[in-house]
Amino acid sequence: MEFAELIKTPRADNVVLHRPFHSAVEGTLCLTGHHLIFSSRRQDNAEELWLLHSNIDSIEKRFVGSLGTIVIKCKDLRIIQLDIPGMEECLNIASSIEVLSTLDSVTLMYPFFYRPMFEVLEDGWSSFLLEQEFDLLSSVTNEWRLSCVNKDFSVCPSYPPVVIVPKSIDDEALRKVALFRYGGRFPVLSYYHKKNGMAMMRSSQPLTGTNGRRCKEDEKLINATLRSGRRGFVIDTRPLAVAQQARAKGGGFEQEVHYPQWRRIHKYIERFNILQESFIKLVEACNDQSHNMDRWLSKLEASNWLTHIKELLTAACLAAQCIDREGASVLVHGSEGTDSTLQVTSLAQIILDPRCRTIHGFEALVVREWLQAGHPFQQRCAQSAYSNSKQKWEAPVFLLFLECVWQIHRQFPCSFEFNEQFLILLFEHAYASQFGTFLGNNENERAKLKLPQKTMSLWSWVNRPDELSRFQNPLYEANSLVIWPSVAPQSLQLWEGVFLRWNRPSKFLEEAEEERINIIRYNKELQAKVNALRRQLAEMEADEEAQEE
Amino acid sequence: MEHIRMPKVENVRLLDRLSSRRAVVGTLYLTATHVIFVENGSETRKETWVLHSQISSIEKQATTATGCPLLIRCKNFQVIQLVIPQERDCHDVYISLIRLARPVKYEELYCFSFNPKLDKEEREQGWKLVDLNEEYNRMGVPNNYWQISDVNRDYGVCDSYPTEVYVPKSATAHIIVGSSKFRSRRRFPALSYYCKGNNASICRSSQPLSGFSARCLEDEQMLQAIRKANPGSDFIYVVDTRPKLNAMANRAAGKGYENEDNYSNIKFQFIGIENIHVMRNSLQKMLEVCELKSPSMSDFLWGLENSGWLKHIKAIMDAGIFIAKAVAEEGVSVLVHCSDGWDRTAQVCSVASLLLDPYYRTVKGFMVLIEKDWVSFGHKFNHRYGNLDGDPKEISPVIDQFIECVWQLMEQFPCAFEFNERFLIHIQHHIYSCQFGNFLCNSQKERRELKIKERTYSLWAHLWKNRADYLNPLYRSDHSQTQGTLHPQIAPCNFLYKFWSGMYNRFEKGLHPRQSVTDYLMAVKEETQQLEEELEVLQERLANLQKSQSGNNKVKSKQQDRSKQFGLYTSNNSLANTPQEYSNDLKSFPSRSPSQGDEDSALILTQDNLKSSDPDLSGNSDQESGVEDLSCRSPSGGGCLPSEDSGKDSDEAVFLAG
Repeated sequence: MEFAELIKTPRADNVVLHRPFHSAVEGTLCLTGHHLIFSSRRQDNAEELWLLHSNIDSIEKRFVGSLGTIVIKCKDLRIIQLDIPGMEECLNIASSIEVLSTLDSVTLMYPFFYRPMFEVLEDGWSSFLLEQEFDLLSSVTNEWRLSCVNKDFSVCPSYPPVVIVPKSIDDEALRKVALFRYGGRFPVLSYYHKKNGMAMMRSSQPLTGTNGRRCKEDEKLINATLRSGRRGFVIDTRPLAVAQQARAKGGGFEQEVHYPQWRRIHKYIERFNILQESFIKLVEACNDQSHNMDRWLSKLEASNWLTHIKELLTAACLAAQCIDREGASVLVHGSEGTDSTLQVTSLAQIILDPRCRTIHGFEALVVREWLQAGHPFQQRCAQSAYSNSKQKWEAPVFLLFLECVWQIHRQFPCSFEFNEQFLILLFEHAYASQFGTFLGNNENERAKLKLPQKTMSLWSWVNRPDELSRFQNPLYEANSLVIWPSVAPQSLQLWEGVFLRWNRPSKFLEEAEEERINIIRYNKELQAKVNALRRQLAEMEADEEAQEE
Repeated sequence: MEHIRMPKVENVRLLDRLSSRRAVVGTLYLTATHVIFVENGSETRKETWVLHSQISSIEKQATTATGCPLLIRCKNFQVIQLVIPQERDCHDVYISLIRLARPVKYEELYCFSFNPKLDKEEREQGWKLVDLNEEYNRMGVPNNYWQISDVNRDYGVCDSYPTEVYVPKSATAHIIVGSSKFRSRRRFPALSYYCKGNNASICRSSQPLSGFSARCLEDEQMLQAIRKANPGSDFIYVVDTRPKLNAMANRAAGKGYENEDNYSNIKFQFIGIENIHVMRNSLQKMLEVCELKSPSMSDFLWGLENSGWLKHIKAIMDAGIFIAKAVAEEGVSVLVHCSDGWDRTAQVCSVASLLLDPYYRTVKGFMVLIEKDWVSFGHKFNHRYGNLDGDPKEISPVIDQFIECVWQLMEQFPCAFEFNERFLIHIQHHIYSCQFGNFLCNSQKERRELKIKERTYSLWAHLWKNRADYLNPLYRSDHSQTQGTLHPQIAPCNFLYKFWSGMYNRFEKGLHPRQSVTDYLMAVKEETQQLEEELEVLQERLANLQKSQSGNNKVKSKQQDRSKQFGLYTSNNSLANTPQEYSNDLKSFPSRSPSQGDEDSALILTQDNLKSSDPDLSGNSDQESGVEDLSCRSPSGGGCLPSEDSGKDSDEAVFLAG
């Protein structure tokens, strides 16, 4: 397909761009296969806006006489308005944007066309291999092994080719367990708590069905993570009633009779369309222009967004508490094990593992617990909060995770190596990106699309020292402890950096951040200077003493 | 002392609000000024001190098998739950506290017995720290347009006004007196803020006694005079901060608001701020939400909305923003009033001043601002904050709302204020504590009669002495945010107003961020300063060495000190990362049993925890309860696993139910 065919009007002049908190700018609008480009004609301060078509969530057009107006609502929640003179031009542009922003085929997406302008120092596609993770693990325990049972994705299509499982369980057993778990997602290691040797595993629901089917290998597998005489916890992210209903459809839950050493806890986390609706309502509330305080608070409340945040954090804290405080191993799953399960396991690691609070460690966590673990990014992030379509696969699952990290970050502002901007960056790139990292729904699809060969990895770009410096938290000091956030409503706040990003003045907050950076930077410079001088003096003094002697 | 029926009760339990299981046993003491709870326990014997004047209500609850519960709510938003074993003891404590918390004479208040061991001269110096004459001079008056009037020198015209007020030069004594007779409680229009740059001013008064048709020539002349004092403008705004309906209702009682037809060149404007009764109820409702044991997000947000609190805060801000804009951008003078002109008027004038003048955003300037708009102009501190036993309907969180407005602005303009949140919290605390004489009584006249300055100490001197604790690390006097007028976003802006948990859940440390960016940055800045000094010394030494090229080892000793200083803020911060109890929903999770690790002893440095320099607050033992809140079992190394808890099964039921 030629993009040119889709672009009837590639260029329009005298277009006026309106954005909140900016004065309107006149300029030229260009459409390319992947971008909407607006450049102001002002010579003094030439301004360009590049918008990926894939970032466009919805577009509205209206006309006043022959002046057309297009309102573009983006997946990163920004809203811009373009006034385009000429009805035909406006209609052409609008229809091109509509088509180009909703291309079906992944291989037509921008990452397949993007040519980086930077030198790749380290290929992000191979920065986070499970093998490396396993090497680290092997240095503290020998109870686990790498299994390649899924090397051709035949055992579990949504799992990566290699997984970490208890050493005592062989591949044959894994195949059997896979048949007993929804989508083949047999229990695998998610996190090993070095401090006490407890493990967190994740899977999908067991296929017990109505007649209480059991699988000896499954029992053996998860029991292999238990210390003798001790119990473990199964954290089921569905309410008991839903788990019970799942049996009718062939699913189910671990029954006490067959898993006597496990205590099941149901910690309900909302799913799919409920989350998507909540997301839409919240963004609506944030864009409400009314002057009424009551209306804002009631809309915020009605969106239920913060309720989901609170529930999710609570579940993650619970999992972390079981591991760190109870000294118990934990198995987490919901139904499919690709959404709420991953939210819980990854957040628990943020709480427990200091490494996940570093930039590299957090990237590794996102790769391991989201990308490799088979969170269906392409389905979930196909549309954002301005979507009109009621497709049931979209849900801000990853965004909720990022926001929970932000909430913990807010409570422990010195314990994270990265800053809020880093989380916002991941949110943006999960929804629209020039990089291939978040394309596809699992490793299997990514391999088929040959993403590592054909596209650039987000990590290749972001891990360059120049870029990284923008995402560093100046207040960071490594903190080796477990960090327990508060989940009380008073402790949770709206994530303004995402939800109010485009409708609040950010200048003063940015200045504050700059000030924080300067305070720390100046301190470090002084330290360096003082140390250097001290060394110099010591040397000179030593020389003199030597001369005197 | 005669009111203390029961000076000491043993085996009292102090409950943790969030978890009834975490009670501590100790001894309760009643003294003339404080309620003191001393924890049993060999090593620490933590203490909780509460000033009688902070007590807002005492509730005796139904006796249970374990004893008789007593709930003490404080004006600084602390809530203390005690269980006293014997019903009779509880009753005696209750009766004693009821009386102690409601003194009938000023002399009973703490400030008359509080002695910070300063000599007479130091005390006098303290009172001189904030000098309103100096402040009016700083503003630029007296000048060609404004003069000081002695018409009220013996409080002869208005007993709730200060003796010295600034009025337009063209306002003769005759006009002032005439105008005062046409205003509620004779609170005639007087200068609150003068803008040097463009001659625009903010004046304040009470409502006119206009009824449905009354006029007063002198009052009209007075407003005319205010307009003339600003030659650049041909009208003034008259801002009535009441809802229109309230103002109209007042007309029936012979009061009301200015009729634009009678006054030449005024633009009249209502900005609806609700009255003290609505505000009192609103705070009550919000505090009920704060007190919920483990509220869901919906409970909380719904309760917050239902209380209307943030709506009221926004109304006050909107009025302040309107006035600041009129003065700064339009160059138009504004006369502000409500009914009596001592509550809403004080709020709005001070918010506007704060927006207009960077000076009021400094530590010293903020003290001056409170002194100017609140203390000197007869805000009824005694009645509003219930220092002496009085009509409960007079009580209202008027200045609390102003303080919150400042906090809301600090959140929007993080670099604009020289002081930090702690400064605001401590001022709020002392408005109720009666430990210092500043906020006693209802007017300057009463304070002078009581000889406050001779008999008590000034809070401002105390705060000034400890100002290092109150500084905002992001403040730089040369930063753009500290220059000129602040322009808060007007619309859409509801989402900019946030619940202030640092104030209203102040004593529940578990709810607050675990690491304080402010404290961290202050520590860094302190270290930076030391580094600068050392750098200078080192450079000097280097120069000497290079010059002399011969031995001069005298300065060597200095080197060792540095290593200690280096640890300064890093250790500070690592303490702040101490694991804490993760509570609320999981409060009964069987995790907080034995095996206390070493890290537990570490105290989390946030907010007031640090502030042992503040006698009352340390007495109040924030830090003690802070330790208690946060002490929890911590990681005790690899192999040592915690033992099973006997209460386990019942606890697990909680998750299953949840």
